[in-house]
Amino acid sequence: MTSAADLSPSYDLVVIGGGPAGLAAASLAARVGLSTVLFDENPGVGGQIYRGITSTPIKNGTVLGEEYWAGGALASEAKVSGAAIVTGATVWTLDPSLAVGVSIAGKARLIQARRVIIATGALERPFPIPGWTLPGVMTAGAAQTTLKAQGLVPDGRTVLAGCGPLLWLLAAQLLRAGVKIEAMLDTASRRNWLRALPHLPDFLLSPYWRKGLALLREVKAKVPVIAVDRLSAAGDGKLKEVVYGTGGTEHRLAADLLLLHHGVVPNVNLANATGAAHRWNERQLCFEPVLDDDFTSSVPGIAVAGDGAGIAGGTAAAERGRIAAIAAVRALKPEASVPDPQVVRQKLAREEMGRAFLDILYRPADSFRRPEGDTVVCRCEEVTARQVRAMADTGCEGPNQMKAFLRSGMGPCQGRLCGLTVTELIAEQRGLSPAEVGYYRLRPPVKPITLAELASLPIGEAERKAVER
Amino acid sequence: MRTADVVVIGGGIHGCSTALHLALRGLKPIVVEKDYAGRHASGVNAGGVRQLARHVAEIPLSISSMAIWERIEELVGDDCGFDCHGTVLVAESEEELAGFRARVEDLHLRGFSHEELIGRAELKRLVPAVSDYCPGGVVSRRDGAADPFRTTQAFRRRAVEKGAEVIEGVRVTGLVRAGSVWRVETSDGPIEAPKVVNAAGAWADRIAAMLGEPVPLEVIAPMLMVSSRVPPFIQPVVILRGRKLSFKQLANGTVVIGGGHLATPFRDENRTVLDWSKLTASARTVWELFPVMREATIVRAWAGIEARMIDDIPVVGPSSTSEGVYHQFGFSAHGFQLGPGTGAMMAELIATGATNVPIDGLGIGRFAAR
Repeated sequence: MTSAADLSPSYDLVVIGGGPAGLAAASLAARVGLSTVLFDENPGVGGQIYRGITSTPIKNGTVLGEEYWAGGALASEAKVSGAAIVTGATVWTLDPSLAVGVSIAGKARLIQARRVIIATGALERPFPIPGWTLPGVMTAGAAQTTLKAQGLVPDGRTVLAGCGPLLWLLAAQLLRAGVKIEAMLDTASRRNWLRALPHLPDFLLSPYWRKGLALLREVKAKVPVIAVDRLSAAGDGKLKEVVYGTGGTEHRLAADLLLLHHGVVPNVNLANATGAAHRWNERQLCFEPVLDDDFTSSVPGIAVAGDGAGIAGGTAAAERGRIAAIAAVRALKPEASVPDPQVVRQKLAREEMGRAFLDILYRPADSFRRPEGDTVVCRCEEVTARQVRAMADTGCEGPNQMKAFLRSGMGPCQGRLCGLTVTELIAEQRGLSPAEVGYYRLRPPVKPITLAELASLPIGEAERKAVER
Repeated sequence: MRTADVVVIGGGIHGCSTALHLALRGLKPIVVEKDYAGRHASGVNAGGVRQLARHVAEIPLSISSMAIWERIEELVGDDCGFDCHGTVLVAESEEELAGFRARVEDLHLRGFSHEELIGRAELKRLVPAVSDYCPGGVVSRRDGAADPFRTTQAFRRRAVEKGAEVIEGVRVTGLVRAGSVWRVETSDGPIEAPKVVNAAGAWADRIAAMLGEPVPLEVIAPMLMVSSRVPPFIQPVVILRGRKLSFKQLANGTVVIGGGHLATPFRDENRTVLDWSKLTASARTVWELFPVMREATIVRAWAGIEARMIDDIPVVGPSSTSEGVYHQFGFSAHGFQLGPGTGAMMAELIATGATNVPIDGLGIGRFAAR
């Protein structure tokens, strides 16, 4: 299906996002006969983790690793499940009455759902260092996207900086694809180890530790890994040098490309815009939706599965998607036979094991999350850390008031690149917790649509008469 | 026991303006606001500062308000983002233009000269981007637009500097006469004051009900949307009459599109649900009127919760049942421009017992008579 006009006016289940959670949820629901549509804004399904799974030009299995190729099964399962899989489809609104606004090839539709599963996954945590807006500085995730989707690899002097499992994975993938990495600048605090230690036994029982250790060895054998507690990008109009240091030292490293990453956080925009309740997760340093055991949010009929429900990784995401789908089937078609959710929950618990260890070990240091001075915080509106801090000092109480004063979060990205930073800066200045400060109230459309697209939305006959002159 | 000269219920543009003007007269007001100042319609409206196309009963208030807008920085220490490029009411047909002509002539007979009929040539000069099918319109040249949240906050801040107190996150739960004063019960304890102003916006009917004067108040949430930045192409605010539209480009290039299509409000939850089929109607209107906007991107849509009276004009003046209580609500989606002037008038009324600005026809008694 490629056209908005082909969509039914209503579906039992609308799944938003075609990563592991969305694919697993759509497959399960469609197989037992729920009319199911899955929307994904990318040209193909897979989400970030399995991006390009049906189309990647990288055929050498070892480059992306065996975990990547596991996504193929999910994708083919969804394809034959009976679900309508619509790619290139941008969902720009979802409201508590379960009306879903979607745009396909420049045409918009409003679709009515009986149940919705939001599976919009994660996005990279903002990494606002001095110079992060220079051309030549990008996120590790963006580099991985081009690698998976187009098979493109960087060809200049490449430096990776930050922390977290994905950064190590990307380093390994780039090395296998033949990229030379000048250095890996590790921003994780040494002290994290001590705090993480109590969670080590769980981690050792999880499937991750062998793979993780192997990745570390693979990268460390080929790339100098340097611990840093200061980091900036320098250059005139484009990146020339990465400046880093520990304690009193300062080093400069010539570079053409700096890839930044310090973890991923739930992409809460769509769930937030529906009015679903969210809470601060102090261990993962992010907001996440408040969900019940079936991953249902505070808005009846809307569930959030996958990393959007809190970061747990791709295999856990699929299990979460199944649990949410089972709940939808039980509500809409109780006679259908579905897997025992308890069994799925047990699988999920295994997949989530060891997460606490990783979260704490790779907790990004405060100084890298709460910038100072002229470092840009909101890229869309070019608002600096100094401005945000000063405004908080003069009594601006929260991110929503800050929008009005500085326009932070008012640009096209709708706070994806600054929301957490602004919350944390206000909290620090005012001596409050991020939970008390709260997050932006997000407004639809959660993805920009053109006026022409909006004007193309079919509306009821009564409305149409009022419009015709 | 907390005491004040006046308790102002509601920290919107009206409550904050009244508090400032009371403080300027040497009185001590306390503003009680259930959320934070400017949280609802006052902070998220379209920002139009318009005398044009108003009901005759509120024109005197609007004109007195305009005089304050023109020296807003002097009053509140912030220019409030106010700019003055006029408002243009565009006629989409000759028939509509004829109706506008009758209205303007009527206003002139009543002694109001701010509205001026314009033909095709002047319309094109003021709004070059408008589609060719429009034969003319009406302009009010002193009108403009301002930043609503910034304005409300500026009034709040200056009121506090001049001696007002603003209590936020506190809800009024009761209103009882206690001898010669009113006892305002709140979620943070009682406050006593001889005078009370009900500027509670979409919640004002509940305050009025405490006084035994129920009013037919409709809770509404007019929708707005804003585009990404586009190159500057229009200076005045443009409004339509036949179809619902208000349209303005801000100094930063973004375009705010409104006009009174309504979302579904949930006032007890501080929440609104947008109606995309109506926003689509707005998008189509803009598509026809301003072809230059067709490829612009809509980045955000929202609605603020406010009160509309059945006759679409506000309730302003003394309570009909309770001495010492004054109403200032029900601005029916056009109260932002009226904020500065109504606050000044209200402070004058409270401090002196009379006002020079005619407010006939705006009293709450008009509903009891029906």
